[in-house]
Amino acid sequence: MTTEELKALSVDKLVDARGTACPGPLLAAKKAVADVQAGQVMEIISSDEGTKSDIPKWCKKMGYEYFGDIEEDGIIRLFLKK
Amino acid sequence: MSQEIENQVKLLEAQLKQLQERQAKDQVSIIVFSGDLDKVLAAMIIATGARAMDMEVKMFFTFWGTSMLRDKNKTAKGKDFMSKMFGMMLPKGSTKLKLSKMNMGGMGTDMMKNLMKKKHVASLEELIETAGELGVEINICQMSMDLMGFKKEEMIDYPHLKYVGVGTYLSDADESRVQLFI
Repeated sequence: MTTEELKALSVDKLVDARGTACPGPLLAAKKAVADVQAGQVMEIISSDEGTKSDIPKWCKKMGYEYFGDIEEDGIIRLFLKK
Repeated sequence: MSQEIENQVKLLEAQLKQLQERQAKDQVSIIVFSGDLDKVLAAMIIATGARAMDMEVKMFFTFWGTSMLRDKNKTAKGKDFMSKMFGMMLPKGSTKLKLSKMNMGGMGTDMMKNLMKKKHVASLEELIETAGELGVEINICQMSMDLMGFKKEEMIDYPHLKYVGVGTYLSDADESRVQLFI
């Protein structure tokens, strides 16, 4: 998805994992996704660079659809559909 | 002819079943041999991360690794002289572990802990708690316990703790897709 498409997504669940280091964002995502219904969109905000590689791989493993990320000023926003 | 094919199909089915039973599970098996803070941290990060990835985790703590699982607030009675000596010389729990490098009489370890706090890296104690919540299984080598003179009543209250032998480790590792020795 393009940055514009990602920005236009309506997010059902927002996970703010800023300030936590590995494996914080991954654990936060795992915890939060339990409240998300299948087909809903979740956004993860992270300040940890590694999250950019981890979340797509996590999505693949869990069978979620990964949409992409937006990075601004060292803050990474990642989008996925359960 | 058809009887022959039927037999062959039966044979193949049996072989396929055998193969399926032998297939590794979505499971990580980690031996924690070290009692160094940095190495144990790595092990706990991998363990909690693996649970986030929906993988089963079986940790096997042996030799120096068992020190991490001692409870600093608990004591055990009825120890012989050597066990008491070992108990005094070995770190009493996760907070007492030292870095494998740059310990510098404890100064390096304290600096690292401060740095971790500053950079929002979870402490070993937090990771152990998270591991418990996530269902990471911790197995302790009973032989190491006996060797070091540790008793069950001085170990931490962890929700998924068991005392096992090498056979349990081997059986867990045999079923795991990922195996680590730390």
